[in-house]
Amino acid sequence: MSWTGRDRIRRVIDGSMSVVFTATGAVAILFIFLIFLFTFKEALPVFTDPEIRKEANLRQFFATAQPAERIDERFVWQPTSDQPKMSLIPLLLGTFKSTFIALLFACPVGVAAALFSSEFASRRLREIVKPTIELLAGIPSVVLGFFALLILASWLQDAFGFTYRLNAYNAGLALGIALLPIVFTISEDGLAAVPRGYREASMALGATRVQTAIKVVLPAAAPAVFAAFVLAFGRAIGETMILLMAGGNAAIASFSLNDPLRTLSATIAAELGEVVFGSAHYSALFFIGTLLFLITFISNSAGNVIIARMRRRMQGEAS
Amino acid sequence: MSAVDASLNTDHHRSRRASDAILLGLLASSIILTLLILLVILGVVTARGAGQVSWEFLSQPPREGLTGGGIFPAIVGTAALVLLMTIAAVPLGVATAIYLHEYTPAEGPRLAWSRWVASKGRHGRFALLRRFLSASLAVVVRSAVANLAGVPSIVFGLFGLGFFIQFIGRGLDRMTQPPGEIVWGQGSLIWAALTLALLTLPTVIVATEEALRTVPPDQREASLALGATRWETIRRIVMPASLPGILTGAILGISRGAGEVAPILFTGAAYYLPFLPQRVTDQFMHLGYHVLILSTQSPDVDATEPLLYGTVFVLLILTFLLNLTGVLIRARTRARLAGR
Repeated sequence: MSWTGRDRIRRVIDGSMSVVFTATGAVAILFIFLIFLFTFKEALPVFTDPEIRKEANLRQFFATAQPAERIDERFVWQPTSDQPKMSLIPLLLGTFKSTFIALLFACPVGVAAALFSSEFASRRLREIVKPTIELLAGIPSVVLGFFALLILASWLQDAFGFTYRLNAYNAGLALGIALLPIVFTISEDGLAAVPRGYREASMALGATRVQTAIKVVLPAAAPAVFAAFVLAFGRAIGETMILLMAGGNAAIASFSLNDPLRTLSATIAAELGEVVFGSAHYSALFFIGTLLFLITFISNSAGNVIIARMRRRMQGEAS
Repeated sequence: MSAVDASLNTDHHRSRRASDAILLGLLASSIILTLLILLVILGVVTARGAGQVSWEFLSQPPREGLTGGGIFPAIVGTAALVLLMTIAAVPLGVATAIYLHEYTPAEGPRLAWSRWVASKGRHGRFALLRRFLSASLAVVVRSAVANLAGVPSIVFGLFGLGFFIQFIGRGLDRMTQPPGEIVWGQGSLIWAALTLALLTLPTVIVATEEALRTVPPDQREASLALGATRWETIRRIVMPASLPGILTGAILGISRGAGEVAPILFTGAAYYLPFLPQRVTDQFMHLGYHVLILSTQSPDVDATEPLLYGTVFVLLILTFLLNLTGVLIRARTRARLAGR
């Protein structure tokens, strides 16, 4: 074969490989689209099918209240009773209570740890801390759920004398452990991206290292820290196994953090296995899935946009 | 203490130093707390679980309604699931990372657009328009990957059920099986593995792209200058050099996939199976799912508890070893990158 012939083959191979790689790149877009499409498709009867709409519709989910005084009797999630009641209010409250506790724990601890690691830790300490955090992130959520269900719940009850072993504190704390690595890693990246000039200028003006860290570096990295909170929120809303195991599995509409709870995600996990295919309950569970997808999609997009913008700005200032 | 320090030691400075020390203590205690949490979880699980692990525990199926025997089918099921998942996720993830790092322009779409606009009337300006389109596609792919990483794992489970089982599986049955026969259209190893593959895809992509970044651009340029095509450069120069990073991505992905339970709840995990999966269309037992079952649905809590701790110990050790390997390889890669 002549050289030119071989070159032509090489060029054809090169061209087709670039098409192949571009196509695989597009697969990620395709699947994000398909995930929404197929989750929403099963939820669609909630909007269109008159039979299903008798039991499950938006008004049922968010507005319908039973004639009762107490909030836990007004908003009820009982999808399998003779008179199915499908208010999402108890589940939304459960999700927000556990997320609230989790963020309350993970945000301050994660940011403080990140600040220490990026501003004060020696290189050797950092080399221990970072992999450890990654190991913490690597604990399967079912193991965290198990830990909260069997061990943490008893410790907390012994310490604080809770009426119910499984409550929002227990579930939230376990969820917080899962969020810690997220808050830490993203905040740490943001803090490390703050240009050295900021620190040098602050110290030159007589500030101590602690003052520099808290009053100069932390505010400069504020967008990244905020993004860390937003991404942690997204993870908290969607996390399933921890809440399924440690939340107490009681869909009660209650503002009390002492009560057991059931989140949106745990409801899908607990009920989809036994649901009648194509029923109103089935569609309602997929509606919850769509809701989770949308909430996490929005919070993740927001978090990632903030991070990208901050990175661009810091690069601009550093150069 | 030097003379200068001593002269600074006024009340003001002393109080400043005290408050600094308190704040620093608070920051440090956050780190200590984080490390402590990991140690406590590890410690408790090891203390109560390690003793349960014996050859019998690892090699026997569960008995007496999950109150006796071992976890052999769950280990085999997890291994089979993770193997299938890896076969699906790693090639796709690596290819996506190669696309993102090797086939997209370095500049963002905004810059590419302004270059295209500024090139009006010049020869060959359509290459600039292509660069703009390519840069735009890269941004969309990147955000899709980032969003894929954030989709809740239970939603992956719903997707697996709705797409792989109901849509693809039932479709396959209609085409290949006699009417009424269901082979593909039910929860099984293959659908659970594909669902998990999707979930681990972002992990593989991010780690691989990081590895590709460690290959110096000069090496690519040298290869291209010697007449190699882009694909030849990738295959002969870039891929071999970034192999450790790609391996890291695969390992971290496997570790993540091995521990996830929510996506497989409805796509094929079984409560109890007396036999091992033989085909990809069989259901399977799974370590993580077994932990869930043992801790929430045991008929006899006291009899189950030792088995539960043993199972958690095995699952935790498995994911930890995988993770540690991945993290260590990555630390070495990063050190090499920083040293450059």
